Amino acid sequence: MSEMRRVTAIRNGTVVDHIPSGYAMQVIRILRINTDRATPVSLVMNVPSDKLGRKDVLKIEDRELDQEDLDRLALIAPAASIAIIRNHAVAEKMRVELRDNLVNIAKCSFPNCITKSNREPLPQRMKVVSREPLEIRCYYCGRGQEMDELIENII
Amino acid sequence: MGNLVTMDDLTNDDIVSVLDDAERLLPVAKGDIVLPLLQGKVLANMFFENSTRTRMSFETAMKRLGGSVLNFSSVGTSVSKGETLYDTMQMIDGYADIAAIRHPRQGAAQYSADAVGIPILNAGDGAGNHPTQTMLDLFTIRQAHGTLEGLNVVLVGDLRYGRTVHSLSHALVRFGASLTLVSPSSLKMPVEIVSDLKSHGAEVTEKESLDGQISNADVIYMTRIQKERFPDEEEYAKVAGIYRIEASSLVGAKKGMIIMHPLPRVDEIAPSVDSTEFAKYFQQAFNGVPTRMALLCRSLGVEVPKKVK
Repeated sequence: MSEMRRVTAIRNGTVVDHIPSGYAMQVIRILRINTDRATPVSLVMNVPSDKLGRKDVLKIEDRELDQEDLDRLALIAPAASIAIIRNHAVAEKMRVELRDNLVNIAKCSFPNCITKSNREPLPQRMKVVSREPLEIRCYYCGRGQEMDELIENII
Repeated sequence: MGNLVTMDDLTNDDIVSVLDDAERLLPVAKGDIVLPLLQGKVLANMFFENSTRTRMSFETAMKRLGGSVLNFSSVGTSVSKGETLYDTMQMIDGYADIAAIRHPRQGAAQYSADAVGIPILNAGDGAGNHPTQTMLDLFTIRQAHGTLEGLNVVLVGDLRYGRTVHSLSHALVRFGASLTLVSPSSLKMPVEIVSDLKSHGAEVTEKESLDGQISNADVIYMTRIQKERFPDEEEYAKVAGIYRIEASSLVGAKKGMIIMHPLPRVDEIAPSVDSTEFAKYFQQAFNGVPTRMALLCRSLGVEVPKKVK
C-alpha cells in the first residue's frame, strides 16, 4: 500500500509531504492548525520514503497554505513538498524555501535581548547562519536556539 | 554605511586601515597637535548603562578633533518616564551626526542602527559586543607586537558575560590567533561564539585553571568577574577572585608578553604587576582615544590625512 493511500484522499486542502520522520506534530503546531476545531487533519508518521528514508505526511482539509505558512514550515521541514488540492485534483505544487531572514516567525528566547522590551516597536527577526546543520540565531542579540526550543517560540 | 555594531562590520583590511589612522592620530590624541577634522560635527553619547572609560574616551576623541558632544544618560531623562529606545533614538537622529550607544540589553545597538539614519557605534550592548573596545585592544596588541597575526592569546575570567572578550575573540581568530579560554565552568564562553571561532579554523582550548598558561602566551587578557551580571550573590561568591596575577606569577613569561585588561579591575591583577614591563592596561585605556578618533572619522566619512602635522 502506498503511504499516500494510508489515509483517504482529500477533496480540498493541502498535502504536506516529505516532513522529516516524527515531526508531523510540530508541523501542526508551526502551521497553527487549531486541532480543537472542526478542521479534519490526517496524519501519517514514519512511513518509508525514497528521499528521506522515513517521513511523515500531513493532509489538511479545507485550508490552502500561503507563503507565510511555507516560511514557517521551512524551519522544520526544509525538504517538504506541498500540493494544493482542489476538487480531488492537484491544483498547485509548491516547495518550501528557507529564507535567510525570518521576520515575526519565532521569538528570541534570551531574557536580556532587546526584543524582550515589550514596548519597543520592533519585529522579531531571526537569521539563518548555517543550513547544514541548520543553525538559526536572533538577528539582534545573536542567541541561537535548538529546534525544540525554536518550535516552542513560534509566534 | 558607517555603523559599527559588531566586528563583522569591518573587514580585516578595514581594521588595519583604522589602526593605521589611529596611529597617525596619536599626537592629536595626546593634545600635541591640533587637528579639527570633525569641527561642526556632533557626537551623541547615548549611555543607558554606566560607563567611565568608554564614554570619556569617546568625548575626548570627539573634542580633540574639534567636534562637540551631547551626553545622555538614562537617569533623569525621558527614558525614566518610559520612553522607548526607538523614540529616544529618533530624537537623537535629529540632534547629532553620529551616536555611540551603550545599553543593558543585547541587540540594542543593532536595533538603533536600523531605526535611525545617523551612524551608530556600539559602545557595549548587554553581554553582547563591544567592537570599539576591540579596536583599541587590537591597537594595543599591534603596538606591542608589531603585528596582529598568529599570536597566542589567553583570555581569562568572565567569558560568558564579558562583552569585550566576545568581540575581541572574533577579531583575533580572523588574524590567525590561537586562543586559550580560561574561565570557571559557570562563566564559559557562549557556545555560539566558540562554534564561530572554530569555524574560522582557529585553535581554541578551554581551561578552568590559569596554571601553566602564562609561559606560552603573547597576550594575557584579564577580565573582571562582573558582580552586576550575576542573578544572585551566592553564585558570584563562588567564583569571585579565582584568578589573580601577581608580579611573581610572571616568572617564565615570554619577553614581550603583554597583560591587558579592559578595566575596571578588582583584584585579578595585583598592583605589583603595574610596574612590570608586561603591564599594558593603562596604555590600553589611553589607546581608546586615538582608536575612537579614527573610528569617528571613518563613520563620518572624513579621511585622516596621510601626514598628520
